[in-house]
Amino acid sequence: MNDLQVTDPTVQTRALKISARQVDVFYGDTHAIRKVDVDIADKTVTAFIGPSGCGKSTFLRCLNRMNDTIDTARVAGKIRLDGEDIYDPRVDPVQLRARVGIVFQKPNPFPKSIYDNVAYGPRIHGLARDKAALGGIVEKSLRRAALWDEVKDRLGAPGTSLSGGQQQRLCIARAVATSPEVLLMDEPCSALDPIATAQVEELIDELRRRYSVVIVTHSMQQAARVSQNTAVFHLGELVEFGETGQIFTNPNDPRTENYITGRIG
Amino acid sequence: MANQEHIVASFDRDLEGIQATIMKMGGLVEHSIAQAARALEARDTDLAAAVRAGDRAIDALQEQANEQAVRILALRQPTATDLRTILSVFRVSANLERIGDYAKNIAKRSSVISQARPISGTASGLKRMGRAVELMLKDALDAYIQRDAALAADVRERDQEVDQMYSTLFREYLTFMMEDPRTITTCMHLHFMAKNVERMGDHVTSICEQVIYLVTGELPDEDRPKQDRTPYEQGGG
Repeated sequence: MNDLQVTDPTVQTRALKISARQVDVFYGDTHAIRKVDVDIADKTVTAFIGPSGCGKSTFLRCLNRMNDTIDTARVAGKIRLDGEDIYDPRVDPVQLRARVGIVFQKPNPFPKSIYDNVAYGPRIHGLARDKAALGGIVEKSLRRAALWDEVKDRLGAPGTSLSGGQQQRLCIARAVATSPEVLLMDEPCSALDPIATAQVEELIDELRRRYSVVIVTHSMQQAARVSQNTAVFHLGELVEFGETGQIFTNPNDPRTENYITGRIG
Repeated sequence: MANQEHIVASFDRDLEGIQATIMKMGGLVEHSIAQAARALEARDTDLAAAVRAGDRAIDALQEQANEQAVRILALRQPTATDLRTILSVFRVSANLERIGDYAKNIAKRSSVISQARPISGTASGLKRMGRAVELMLKDALDAYIQRDAALAADVRERDQEVDQMYSTLFREYLTFMMEDPRTITTCMHLHFMAKNVERMGDHVTSICEQVIYLVTGELPDEDRPKQDRTPYEQGGG
């Protein structure tokens, strides 16, 4: 079944980036995630799919401790990034989020210039020695987000003046500006038109040369198009995890089958 | 195996429609085999002509099934079982179309043979073989519509019997031809007809393999034992 992958296999590595074991998430009394085990490979796009409320976004947010900001949320189990427990009390969540960036569903540029949107992260993390270095990071990030050519002449313009698709790519540029190792994307295309979606999908394929990308999407076709591995969630459980081609041609679990073929899951 | 209904009910109707086309095609092909065998036995050239004319309807249904399948691929992007269902439509309809062609060829040759002097005892073996393949096809189509991989595997095994019958007929015709060279023309036609029936069995086997793929997601991998020894026959004897 490995031959099903038609995208360039040379950039795929089998190296493990994130390993989650027996992860439970509770929101107060609600048991949102039940005993999830997942291995996220480096330089690979991993898609999380499943019906609404299945816990895929909740689980994604565990991977950079975004759930810390919710008072009632409690995470149990082990999540390791390069073998290091990210819930260890010695780990600074702000530092962690520089390594594990996130892009949200709706583009949310800061009410600042395009330049400052991208420069914000490198500034607060002290990644640039001087103004020239910072400018270099901004340009490199905008190029990686495939936005540079469209905005290079108006870096001082407000980020909010861009189109929706451009704003989303700006958010991706902002996320990659801190040189993360993992990029989390929570339905990054759901607010975009088909052309902007295709541009972001092309970008995701580019990004996986450097980063490990984890994407939550409601569009199963998008998961099929952009990912190499797919995890299927249902009612807070991980139902199936496997190579994307296998999941979409011959899934093992009937719940996966029912979900991806558009039957009631 | 998903046997639940789709949330979008029209998808289910599309899939049912395309299956119905395949079953209709299968019914016509079964009928063709039976009629071709009868035309041979009864030396009925009108019936043989009807079989030849009937092949056009089978070809038209294949085209229809393929168009429906392409449409579903483009409009619904099927996955998993749905995807395998659509793929099976292309394969199974092609198999059925080929079987229909062989029946047509048998009918054509039976018209020629009907003009020649009958050779006693030659028709029954061929008729039996045709009947065996017809039953195999019926069961294969049942297995297809009921998604019954076990039945499909069983039918697939039965092709060995057809291969054996073919080997027997091959030797029988050889004997006739050696004993009386005036039977050569007829026996050559009969031999081609037997070969046609044997090839029909192979296409039925291929349909069974599609059923197994459709149900399990994997093609059966072990090689089927071959009972047709004629490629190694020396003749003479």
